[in-house]
Amino acid sequence: MNMKPIAQTRASALAFAAALAFAAGPAVAGADDDQLIINEELEIVTETAAPAHLDGVDVIYSGWRFRSDETQSLQMDDFDNPAMVFVDQALELWETVDGSEGKACASCHEDVAAFKGLKTSLPRVENGELVTLTDLVNECRTERMGAEAWKYSGGQMSAMTALIAHQSRGMAMNVSIDGDAAPFWELGKELYYTRVGQLQLACANCHEDNYGNMIRADHLSQGQINGFPTYRLKNAKINTVHGRFKGCMSNIRAVPFAEGSPEFEALELYVASRGQGLSVESPAVRN
Amino acid sequence: MASGVKPRVKVPKSASAGETITIKTLISHTMESGQRKDSDGNVIPRSIINRFVASFNGETVIDVKMEPAISTNPFFEFEAKVPEAGEFVFTWYDDDGDVYEAKKSIAVN
Amino acid sequence: MNLTRRETMALGLGATAMAFLPFRVAASATDDAVAAFTGGAEMADAGVTLTAPEIAENGNTVPIAVDAPGAVAIMVLATGNPLPNVATFSFGPLAGSHSASTRIRLAGTQDVVAIARMADGTFARTASTVKVTIGGCGG
Repeated sequence: MNMKPIAQTRASALAFAAALAFAAGPAVAGADDDQLIINEELEIVTETAAPAHLDGVDVIYSGWRFRSDETQSLQMDDFDNPAMVFVDQALELWETVDGSEGKACASCHEDVAAFKGLKTSLPRVENGELVTLTDLVNECRTERMGAEAWKYSGGQMSAMTALIAHQSRGMAMNVSIDGDAAPFWELGKELYYTRVGQLQLACANCHEDNYGNMIRADHLSQGQINGFPTYRLKNAKINTVHGRFKGCMSNIRAVPFAEGSPEFEALELYVASRGQGLSVESPAVRN
Repeated sequence: MASGVKPRVKVPKSASAGETITIKTLISHTMESGQRKDSDGNVIPRSIINRFVASFNGETVIDVKMEPAISTNPFFEFEAKVPEAGEFVFTWYDDDGDVYEAKKSIAVN
Repeated sequence: MNLTRRETMALGLGATAMAFLPFRVAASATDDAVAAFTGGAEMADAGVTLTAPEIAENGNTVPIAVDAPGAVAIMVLATGNPLPNVATFSFGPLAGSHSASTRIRLAGTQDVVAIARMADGTFARTASTVKVTIGGCGG
């Protein structure tokens, strides 16, 4: 008889319903044990002890560890990683003259490899202001190239920031949080723990209190940003950190801050500091 | 879709004669399915790459008829026999008549 | 009575088809696509392999692989999509194997079907159910 398959179906439907309830099923809790090695040579740190400033979490994990095997495999080879076509496009942009000064990125910086390590220290404070990689690119464009600023999460900017961040792939995130950076970091931390929106959720409610649990059918990560800019299967393009923050805020029915706003820049610094020691994965692949 | 379409192809630089090698190809393309609507409720017209062909020294390796169910930024992985040194040619055919091409040479040792 | 997984699924599909007319329309589009490829010929159960995830994290990009030693061509169908055709792989003289991988869109949980046309003109068929999850905040 076909009773057995039906019983199984019921059981899995029940498991599914339980999973919807934002509570841990023992089978789904936590990150998996997979190890990320890219192109069979580059070992990526996806798990390490939480930085000293972090009270609520002992071990930090890359978002890669929360994804399915199929999604994980997309990041294990640069010819499987769909983000790399956009990194290639950015390499062309790197050589392309734009603006009144007749310059390309390459005119001053020559090889993009010169930016190896840059991503690990961003955002950082320059002349009293917190700057992100996006700010640095647009500063070059408007002040030195005489070109128009690129849109924060536009195709060109997300590809270019992916290319520059990619130069640091495999290096540990290491942003400054004291000195000049302290007030920005404090603001970011405050935002991280402040409940907002109709659902009255703070970043911490999902990504600190409930990582590893299911939110509907999705496996919650710690919300680390060491893989950004990251390719998402959801929209099949490179996503920026601020674009992702915006999406999160919309999902909890809050009015998002603007991309490039002081709030999101401070939040970016704070969230980056929660991932100190994880390898830069840019461009990562997530669902 | 003519602008910004970019192929990316992985072919080993060399092989031994008669060896079977693995090839991966990826191309940036929205693959607009024709099933979606814009914010005004109008159907966004289909615009996809409808065919992909890989050949080596003029002989076909694989010829794929592609439908709108192929994901954005189409990816293919397949195997090819390399009887002698030569050149792989990869060709993608767009609904709009554009043709995108990538070539990779392989040495035989 | 021992039913295979496929037979069980077929029973379920039949029941669903009776309940929902749109599903029958989709099913017949699949039948049409199969008929166009096979000309109505019988299909063997062995000879073609389809590898697909049991659960897809996002229906936008579902990795699949097909493999049919000796095949001239392999057609892939997503029976629950608005248009069931996905791709048809035709293998040339320099194909290193009669296999290929790609990434496909699935509109929801459904059966993905692979049908191989062999060099001798016979056909083989296999199917695999892929559950497509709804996102959380991932949407």
